[in-house]
Amino acid sequence: MIYLKLFFTFFKIGLFNFGGGYAMISFLQNEVVAKQAWLSTSQFTDIVAVSQVTPGPVGINLATYTGYTAGGTLGALIATVAVCLPSLILLILAGKYLFATREKFPVVWRVLRLVVVGLIAAAALTLCNGENFADYKSVLLCAGAFLAVWKFKRGPVTVLFLSAALGLLLY
Amino acid sequence: MLPLMEQELVGTYLSKEDFLDVTAVAQSAPGIMAINVAILTGYRLHKVPGAVFAACGAALPSFVIILLIALFFQKFAENPVVHRVFMGVRPAVVALIMVPVFNLAKSAGVTLKTVWVCVAVAVAVWLFQISPVYVVLIAICCGLLLGRKERAK
Repeated sequence: MIYLKLFFTFFKIGLFNFGGGYAMISFLQNEVVAKQAWLSTSQFTDIVAVSQVTPGPVGINLATYTGYTAGGTLGALIATVAVCLPSLILLILAGKYLFATREKFPVVWRVLRLVVVGLIAAAALTLCNGENFADYKSVLLCAGAFLAVWKFKRGPVTVLFLSAALGLLLY
Repeated sequence: MLPLMEQELVGTYLSKEDFLDVTAVAQSAPGIMAINVAILTGYRLHKVPGAVFAACGAALPSFVIILLIALFFQKFAENPVVHRVFMGVRPAVVALIMVPVFNLAKSAGVTLKTVWVCVAVAVAVWLFQISPVYVVLIAICCGLLLGRKERAK
């Protein structure tokens, strides 16, 4: 039952995803690409790119797209609702308490912050495979994009459109 | 998305302090930050129905846009021009995900002494395909144990 599977997968992601959109890429990659194989690595990377250049939260974009690929329009709806549901329930029932855990359990939050950095690194590393890196030109493109964003503080939208143009020129 | 929300919400629905309070709570919960802010704001104004409607409102535009793009993608994925464009875009996406690793490292408290945690997590998830769900659960348990030890001292 694809709809139930979609619901549980995205509910789980919504429940455990600490650390924002970039950390979520690692949760999604593990569930959607590695475990369920709803998307290939290149399809997944494409939709991360689309999420960066379209407005709105990356998490919603990825849930909608994956849901659609796996189960059509209804699948998209189920995945999107499921990814929001845990925070809806948690925040209504225990919003204040969750916030109090920052004071009460500072060490947990310190560890989680370190974990989030590791998760984002894992997301980047997992996407470094033959599907995304066809040849040496892709490696150069990646290095160039990294410098543009990190060193020269260009926005992701600019960098993605430039790399799209370079893709047309080089391939 | 957060600056946009601040602009829309502060003054109309929330005071500046309320907004800061809402974002702090939103960051303490799992899930999508922008959706969490919407849920909390909606809840403050109209309890559960407010939270549900605000969450739907915040998700709906992306949902529709991505659905349209997904339809387009299915038709044009085989198109050679689209293919070439994404040959260029994919490596850049990897770079975009690498940047926050370095940007966040400082505020996350990564030092020579703590960096092993990040490396261990990255290797576990990347090479051994360990689910990040388990990683987060283990991290919470370790944090609780370490915290107890620190307090006992």
